[in-house]
Amino acid sequence: MAMRIKKNIALSESGFIFHPSTGDSYSVNPIGLEILNLMKAGQSSEEIKAHMLEHYRVDGDSFEKDFYDFQVMLRTYKLVEDHE
Amino acid sequence: MQKKAYERPVIQRVQTGITSKVGAQYGNRPVTDIDGVPVKQLIERYGSPVFVLSERKIRQNLEAANRAFKTRYPKVQFAWSYKTNYLNAVCRAFHQAGSWAEVVSRFEYEKALKNGVPGPKILFNGPDKTDEDLRLAIQHDSPIHIDHLDELYRLHAIADEVDHKPRVAIRINMDTGVYPMWDRFGFNYENGQAWDALNKIMTMGKLELIGLHTHIGTYMMSASAYHIAATKMADLALGLRNRYGKVVTYIDMGGGFASHNTLKGSYLKGADAVPSMDDYAEAIASALLSAGFNQDELPWLYLETGRALIDDAGFLLGTVISNKRLSDGRKATIMDFGVNILFTSFWYDHKISPAQDSSSYAEDSVLYGPLCMNIDVVREHVTLPPLHAGDQVVVHYVGAYNITQSMQFITLRPAVVMIDHKGTPHLIKQVESLETLERGEVTPDYLNEIGL
Repeated sequence: MAMRIKKNIALSESGFIFHPSTGDSYSVNPIGLEILNLMKAGQSSEEIKAHMLEHYRVDGDSFEKDFYDFQVMLRTYKLVEDHE
Repeated sequence: MQKKAYERPVIQRVQTGITSKVGAQYGNRPVTDIDGVPVKQLIERYGSPVFVLSERKIRQNLEAANRAFKTRYPKVQFAWSYKTNYLNAVCRAFHQAGSWAEVVSRFEYEKALKNGVPGPKILFNGPDKTDEDLRLAIQHDSPIHIDHLDELYRLHAIADEVDHKPRVAIRINMDTGVYPMWDRFGFNYENGQAWDALNKIMTMGKLELIGLHTHIGTYMMSASAYHIAATKMADLALGLRNRYGKVVTYIDMGGGFASHNTLKGSYLKGADAVPSMDDYAEAIASALLSAGFNQDELPWLYLETGRALIDDAGFLLGTVISNKRLSDGRKATIMDFGVNILFTSFWYDHKISPAQDSSSYAEDSVLYGPLCMNIDVVREHVTLPPLHAGDQVVVHYVGAYNITQSMQFITLRPAVVMIDHKGTPHLIKQVESLETLERGEVTPDYLNEIGL
């Protein structure tokens, strides 16, 4: 299942995010930005995990824990669609 | 394919509130070694957490303080404040560099003797000196700084028993324009208590009055308060000269110089907010030099500086236990050191640096200690790069008051290491064990069997 970034969210190349509905801005670190781009491209959580494990020095459990936390924050900031 | 270094994905809201005029956040540059010894190596060898002291920095600080005062006043003597950090290795480093000892309890006094400090070079302060303590100090000819009238009367009585006059000073408290005024120790200048005590000493003639002592406060952010204090101390000294022909050997201005730590709630970082050692020296020396002493009767200036000489020579190395997300979305990081060993985190926002390379991205978080107690908050708000379990950090400015005030509460106290001026680490206090904790405990026989 893919968690979808809301269509109106603007995402810059440097990791700056603008939410036009609320006027809030956010920043993400480079890995966060890479994940958001994969999400925007429609990749599922499993595909994102596989991609990260292939490219980064991290084990599956650690990434899953961090990814879960990241997704919680995306929901908290209302940057993703309510229904996946 | 070479895999890339991983960092936890982080997103945070951009705050557009008030910005500091002194600008950018700082402190995220990694600190990977202390005096050339890698943090990882220190933790591997001595465990985590571990206190690390830089002897090089201790000696540099004392040299700089001596330079600041001795270039402005001809007769200066520092006495190491034992309560600030009384590990023997630390005390001996200060003594080797020329500092006397300043103690406030019997065991500190005995420590100074054991460290080889001659009795006349141990200044005995504090409100709680028993008759036995006083006799010991008299036997070793140490300057006794009288705190209250009961102590003065007891000294008068003891003086009748001994074969030489006890050498004393009185502690003076005063209004230096700083709030709160420290008036719980010693005799007050403004209301006449100080003169009352001095008159008693001089007319009774049983004690040898050799000095005057004050200690106007702690973490004093105003050098001008010391100018006022030194002016009032000089006024008393000159009054004694005029009234009794008595020339005191020294004026002891105590301690209280601020370190570069940042007080909670301070707008500016500590280093930008506090006076320099030169500022303190100028304030005190100018007051004494312009007071009107005859050149050959200029009193020695004694200083009991503690915090400002050792805070930045102390580091606490620790390790991340876990990260978690609080219910309101804030990030929380749990460290393996808590407020039981970092007592000063109750009033300082300690600078904390990662001990490994990270990206320039930083996130806000709360830093908790490992204690199963709600009070165990090391930093309520800190901006650090994303840390993972197992990552290491360096806490700065912890040399003063943490090791002496730490307690075995839930976790035991860690090892303390001192790195000498050649860069060699030495274990100066072992990590504690259950045996350390239970030493001195006695279990009544009837509780030997608990029958569960």
